[in-house]
Amino acid sequence: MKKWDAIVIGAGHNGLVNACYLQRAGLDVLVVEKNDWIGGAAVSRSLTPGFLYSNCSYVCSLFRPEIMRDLELPRFGLQVISYEGGAVFTRDGDYLANYRDHHAHRREFARFSARDAEAYDRYARDVTRQCRFIQPLLMRTAPDPTSFRPRDISELLYLGKKFAGLGAAEMADTLRFWTMSISDFLDEYFETDVIKANFALSGIIGTALGPMSPGTAYVLLHHYMGEVDGSVGAWGYARGGMGAVTKALADSFRASGGTIRTGAEVEQVLVRSGKARGLVLADGEEIYGNLVISNADVKRTFLKLVEEKELPEIFLRRVKNFKMRGSSGKVNIALDSLPEFPALPKDSPCYRGDMHFTDSVERMERGYDDWKAGRWSADPFLDMVIPTTLDPTMAPPGKHFMSCFVQYCPPKVEGRDWTDADRDAFGETVISQIADYSPGFRDRIVHMEVRTPRELEAEVGLTEGNIFQGELTFDQLLFNRPVPGYAQYRSPVDGLYMCGSSTHPGGGVMGAPGRNAAAEILRDLSRGTKHMSPAHDVI
Amino acid sequence: MPKLSSARLTAQSHFRTLRLGTPFQPRIDALMKTNDWYDWGGYRAPASLWDEELEYFAIRSQAALFDISPMVKYRIEGPDGEDFLNRVTLRDVAKLKSGRVHYTAWCDDEGYVLDDGTLFRLAPDRFRLCCQERHLPWLLDSAIGFDVSVLEETEAVAGLALQGPTSVAVLREAGFAGVERLKVFDLAEFPHEGGRVTISRTGFTGDLGYELFAPAELALSLWDRLWKAGELRGIRAIGYTALNRARLEAGLIVANADFVTAEHAIRPDRVRMPDEIGLGFMVDLEKGHFNGRRAIAQARAKGSMRHVLVGLEIEGNIPAEHAIVYHKQKKEVGLVSAAIWSPMAKRNIALASLSRPYGDTITDDLWVEIYAMRELRYERLMKRARIVPRPFIKLDRRTASPPADF
Ligand SMILES: Cc1cc2nc3c(=O)[nH]c(=O)nc-3n(C[C@H](O)[C@H](O)[C@H](O)COP(=O)(O)OP(=O)(O)OC[C@H]3O[C@@H](n4cnc5c(N)ncnc54)[C@H](O)[C@@H]3O)c2cc1C
Repeated sequence: MKKWDAIVIGAGHNGLVNACYLQRAGLDVLVVEKNDWIGGAAVSRSLTPGFLYSNCSYVCSLFRPEIMRDLELPRFGLQVISYEGGAVFTRDGDYLANYRDHHAHRREFARFSARDAEAYDRYARDVTRQCRFIQPLLMRTAPDPTSFRPRDISELLYLGKKFAGLGAAEMADTLRFWTMSISDFLDEYFETDVIKANFALSGIIGTALGPMSPGTAYVLLHHYMGEVDGSVGAWGYARGGMGAVTKALADSFRASGGTIRTGAEVEQVLVRSGKARGLVLADGEEIYGNLVISNADVKRTFLKLVEEKELPEIFLRRVKNFKMRGSSGKVNIALDSLPEFPALPKDSPCYRGDMHFTDSVERMERGYDDWKAGRWSADPFLDMVIPTTLDPTMAPPGKHFMSCFVQYCPPKVEGRDWTDADRDAFGETVISQIADYSPGFRDRIVHMEVRTPRELEAEVGLTEGNIFQGELTFDQLLFNRPVPGYAQYRSPVDGLYMCGSSTHPGGGVMGAPGRNAAAEILRDLSRGTKHMSPAHDVI
Repeated sequence: MPKLSSARLTAQSHFRTLRLGTPFQPRIDALMKTNDWYDWGGYRAPASLWDEELEYFAIRSQAALFDISPMVKYRIEGPDGEDFLNRVTLRDVAKLKSGRVHYTAWCDDEGYVLDDGTLFRLAPDRFRLCCQERHLPWLLDSAIGFDVSVLEETEAVAGLALQGPTSVAVLREAGFAGVERLKVFDLAEFPHEGGRVTISRTGFTGDLGYELFAPAELALSLWDRLWKAGELRGIRAIGYTALNRARLEAGLIVANADFVTAEHAIRPDRVRMPDEIGLGFMVDLEKGHFNGRRAIAQARAKGSMRHVLVGLEIEGNIPAEHAIVYHKQKKEVGLVSAAIWSPMAKRNIALASLSRPYGDTITDDLWVEIYAMRELRYERLMKRARIVPRPFIKLDRRTASPPADF
C-alpha cells in the first residue's frame, strides 16, 4: 500500500502553493480535491459555450510575487494585468471615478469637493504607512506570544521593533486603525458622502460587518496591501480568470512530479495514537501518508473531518466559536455586448475597472441592516467588473463576462435554508439594480450564474459561505488566527497541519498561508527551505 | 452630496487630458522647439523650450519669461485674515504690510514643515498664499473660529515670472507705469485690458525680477504685452531646467526635492522641522500661538533637531547630484539633494542635508562621493566639500532701488 510523504486536502490555491513547495523540497505529495475541477475559490469555469467565468474571486492583487517567482508561475501561463480605476455611480445621474493618474484623481474629487480633493494625499500617506507595517508580516509565521522558543521570541521582538519604529503618534494611529470603523476613519479625512462610500467598500468586502462596525478599517488595509508588479495597492485581472492562478499552480506542481486527484472527497482524517496517518475518502478508499495538510477551512477540517475525541476541548470550543459568517454572494453574467451606462462617457476608462452603485456609507449600512435581519440587502452593494474589457480570453470578441460581487447576503434566509426560489430572487435584486443604471441590460444577458452562501459552501466548501475562510477582525488575526495557540499551521493532532485562508495572514488569493505552512512543515522535517524566497524587502 | 450642477457634469471630461495646459499654453506651444515637457502638479510644463543652457543665460543677461501658473494658490480673505495666517504660518504676519510679500513656511502640530511658500498681502484683509503642495483641508480646519474664507484659486489665476537684468525695462516699456518704484518684496496692482494685474518684485532666481498674477482670461493678452515690449530687450521664454540652475545659485530650496513635506512623508523619519531645512529664521516664538509652535520650542530646548540643511562648495566641476556626504571620507553623514556647476560663481555648488552634529558643530573634513556615469562606466570621485553660506551668488541688481535698465 502506497504511503505518501504528504497529502493535501483541497486544491484551492493555498493547498496547491503548499503542495508545490513541499514537492520541490523532495517530498512525494498528493493533493485530493472533492470537486471534479481544481481551484477552490480561485477558479475559472465555462458554464455556457464561449464564455469563461471567474466563478468566485475575480480580481488579483494580494497574490505574493515571491511565490509566483519561486513556483515559476509565469512559465505556466500566469499573467496579471493591472486595470485602471473604476467608478461609483451616483443617484443624481453622475459618477465619481477613480483614476490611476494622481492629478486626474484629484480633479475628479474636486468635482464634488475642493476640500476632499486635497485631502487625498494625507489619506494615502496614512494608509500607506499602515500597509508598510503589515506587509512584511504576511510572509512570516506569526509568533506564539506564550512560547519561549528562541524563534518565537525573536519574531515577537521583530514585531515589537517594527511597532516601536513607528513613533508614538503612529503607534497610536496603528492601534486605532486596527480597531476603528471604516466610516469613522474616513470621517477624519473626507466630508463628501460619495467619496467616503468610494473608499468604504474596501472595508466591508467579504466581511459580515457594516461600514460603521469597529474593525472595518483593518479590512480596508487587507485590500490595499497587495500589489501588481511593485505597484502597491493596485488590482488587476488574471488573464483567463482567477482559475489561471490555480491552473498555473497545478501545472507547476505536476511538472515537479506532484499528483492531483479530483473528484475525491475526504470524509475523514485517519488518526491513530494522536497522529495523522492518512485519509478516508467518501467512497471508503483509504489513502496513507506521513503528513496531512488541510486546505479546507478550520471549521470543516476540525468539526467535520477529525473525530472530536482526538481534539482538546478548549481547541474545539474555539474552533466552534471562530467567526466565519457568510456575508456575500456572486452573480456571474455572460453578455452578448458591452453594457452601456449613460452616466459614464463611452470612452471612460472606468468600464475597464470596478463599478459600484452605492453612493453613501449610510446606504451601505442599511444594506447591512438587512443582513442582520437574515435577509439579503434589498439595495445591495455591488463590486462589478467586466474583465473582458482587458482580457480577450474569456469571451468571444465583442461579448463580455461581467462579474458582480454582492453584499450583503446571509448564510440563511431568516433562519431557514436557502431555496432555489430565494436564490433566483436574490439574482433578480442584483440585475434590477444594474438595470436601473444601464438601460437594456437584461436584453444583453446570455447566461447567468447566481451564487449565494449556500452555493459557495456546497461547492467550494467554505463554511457558511465566508469568502475568507474566517472573518478578518483583529481578534482573528496574527497569533490569534485561527485560534490562539495554533497560529503556526500546526494542530493538536501530530502530523496534521492547516494551510488555508483560515490561517495567518488570512483570506484573499494571496498564497501566503500555503507558503508559510510549507515552511513550518519543512522545519519540522528538518528540511531546507532554500527554494523559498524570503519576503521582498519593504524599504 | 453637493447638488448636481452643470459645472460638475462639464468637468467630467477632464479625464481626457491628464496634463492640463496653463492659460499661457498657446504661446508656449508656439515657442516649444525641444518638446521637452514635464509634469508640474498635473500641468504640461516645459523643462526646456529651445536650449536649456541658453535659457539659463537669458535669465542672467536679458529677461526670461517663465510660466508659474501651476503653482498652487489660495486666496485668503476676511477681517481675521492676519490672525488666521499668524496662527498657520511661522512668520509674524502683523509685520507684513499691505503691498508686501514675504517668504514663509507652515508646520503641522508636531512642528514638521508642511510646505514653504510666498505670502502676498494684497490688501489689509486679503492675501494670496503660493506654494508647491496642496493644503486646503489643513487651511480650512485651521480657519475654524476665524472670520476668514479660504479659496483655492490655482486654475483661476495665471502667473508669470519675468526675471533678469532687463526685466524692469521690459515692464516699463510695456506701460506698467511706476513699476520701477517697487522695492524687493513690494507688490502693486496695475491696470490691464479692463482688469488688473498684480506685479511683485519677487522671484526664484536671485536676480532682478518680477512676478505677475492676473485672472486666467487676461493671460494671453498679458503675455503678448510683455512679449512685444521685450522684443528689443532680449525677452525669451524658458523652462524649468534653466530656472532650477538659477534658484540653486540663489540657494533657494524646493519642497519635495530638497526636503519631504510632512503630508507626503511615508517614512515617519523623513519629516523636518524648520530649523532642519534652514528655515529656522522664520520661526517667531514671540508672536503668539501658531501651529507647531510648542513642538518647535521644545525641540530647540532639548536640542533634539537631528538634521541641518547646508550649502556646499565641492572641489572640481562635476555636479554631485544625490551624492552621499562623508566625514573623513568614511562616515556617512548626509545626502546632496541638488547640485550644479554654477556659471555665475564658477564653482561646483550643492544643497545637502546632514545629520547633526555634522554641519552643525562638526563642519570640517567633509567629502562627497560622486558617481559620474561616463560612457557606461561609473567614474567614482571622492571630493572635498566645504560648507558655505547661501546664497551662493549675490547680485546687487536684485536689490538695487531703483533698478537699472540692465
Ligand atoms: C465569491 C468570492 C469572491 C472573492 N473575491 C476575491 C477577489 O476578487 N480577490 C481575492 O483576492 N480574493 C477573493 N476572494 C477570497 C479568495 O477567493 C479566497 O480567500 C481564497 O481563494 C481561498 O483560498 P484557499 O486556498 O485558502 O481555500 P479554498 O479556495 O477555499 O480551497 C479549499 C479547497 O478545499 C476543497 N475541499 C474542501 N473540503 C474538502 C474535502 N472534504 N475533501 C476534498 N477537498 C475539499 C475545496 O473544494 C476547495 O477546492 C473571494 C472569495 C469568494 C468566495
